Amino acid sequence: MLSLFAGVLARDLRLALRRRGDVLNTLAFFVMVTSLFPLGVGADSKLLAAIAPGILWVAALLAAMLSFARLFDSDYADGTLEQMALAAEPLALIVLAKAAAHWVTTGLLLSLLAPVMGLQFGLTGALTGTLCLSLLLGTPLLSLLGAVAAALTLGLRGAGVLSALLLMPLFVPVLIFGSGAVAAADSGTGAQSHLLLLGGLLMLALPLAPLAASAALRLAVDSA
Amino acid sequence: MLETLGVACSRGDRTLFSQLDLSLGGGRLLRVMGANGSGKTSLLRILCGLRAPNAGEVRWRGAPIASSEAREGFHRELLYIGHLNGLKDEFSAMENLAASAVLAGMASDPMPLRRALERMELAHIAGLPARHLSQGQKRRVALARLLLAADRPLWILDEPFNALDAKAVALVEQVLAAHAAAGGAVVFTTHFEPAIPAARIDRLDLDRMQDGQPC
Repeated sequence: MLSLFAGVLARDLRLALRRRGDVLNTLAFFVMVTSLFPLGVGADSKLLAAIAPGILWVAALLAAMLSFARLFDSDYADGTLEQMALAAEPLALIVLAKAAAHWVTTGLLLSLLAPVMGLQFGLTGALTGTLCLSLLLGTPLLSLLGAVAAALTLGLRGAGVLSALLLMPLFVPVLIFGSGAVAAADSGTGAQSHLLLLGGLLMLALPLAPLAASAALRLAVDSA
Repeated sequence: MLETLGVACSRGDRTLFSQLDLSLGGGRLLRVMGANGSGKTSLLRILCGLRAPNAGEVRWRGAPIASSEAREGFHRELLYIGHLNGLKDEFSAMENLAASAVLAGMASDPMPLRRALERMELAHIAGLPARHLSQGQKRRVALARLLLAADRPLWILDEPFNALDAKAVALVEQVLAAHAAAGGAVVFTTHFEPAIPAARIDRLDLDRMQDGQPC
């Protein structure tokens, strides 16, 4: 079981390395969007620091959303998904490995990039740390939920827009607790409760999202 | 080993076939025939459990493959190669074969993989990204999985000979015949007469079905 998980994870990471453009696009999008705000809002450093967590979180969320299509699309088009559906181990395990690879190539990189972008907003060191932590806890959740939406809309016309519509409401709690963690740390109440809630949501999604996504993938393969 | 009981399949409102009863034992080759759109691919996908039949059920060693407990055991004994090759353009032939082996739960040591590619006469291009391969070469990479799966009793192959040259066709025919001789079962579709001794091939013609019985 572990060898299948590791094998699929390694394969997807290697594939992402060969398709560097896709990963770089996502990161470039994040950098662009977060850089536009200080330019548009002006140099009021207090205001910038206040809106920074929300903007960085929304930008990370939108950047992640741009990348969900590549989770299953090419496997579906070239027939690899059939091989996955016929694997001798649970399909959910493969989905989990693919979501993990997606997280490494988007969420993890975005979380590491966020402190740099935070400089433009004048975020203090401690708040940057909290922001980074909240992104590290929240972005795996985005990848898992994104996998469900990508599986549900696989092979449909207008899949991108539809999956965005499906995901928006599901992303709301992640956004609230993620950016809320930084605001709470700033106000002195401590970010712990927000981070614990994010962690709890992640623990919930970790087993459930792959199961839901694999059921949706079986439907997509069935109707192919 | 593999049985179907009253299997029916429809596409939209059109019934492709119904009341199909099949029984396939080890050592047999079954060639599914029929015109374009007669449901050959749909039947193969039903047989391997990728698609649910509209009626009836498929059984493997007596257990319905639709149940999730039976499914994993069944998939461990099955090799399916669809009409899509399942290759990533960015990966070399070797990497593609290794990725398929991992998914199928086969050992992915490089030695047997290299030998399989050699036998498919792909050794000289094993390191080339699949995007630079011709259709026939891509098909051969996909079919190299056959050589890794000799221990899987059931092979289901959708148009395995597509895009292959005469030499490769002969090689694949030889591999299929050897698999049957070793007690395995093969279900496949093709549009031209395979050069395997006819006595060893059962035929199922989806164009000429009467009450599900091939005539």
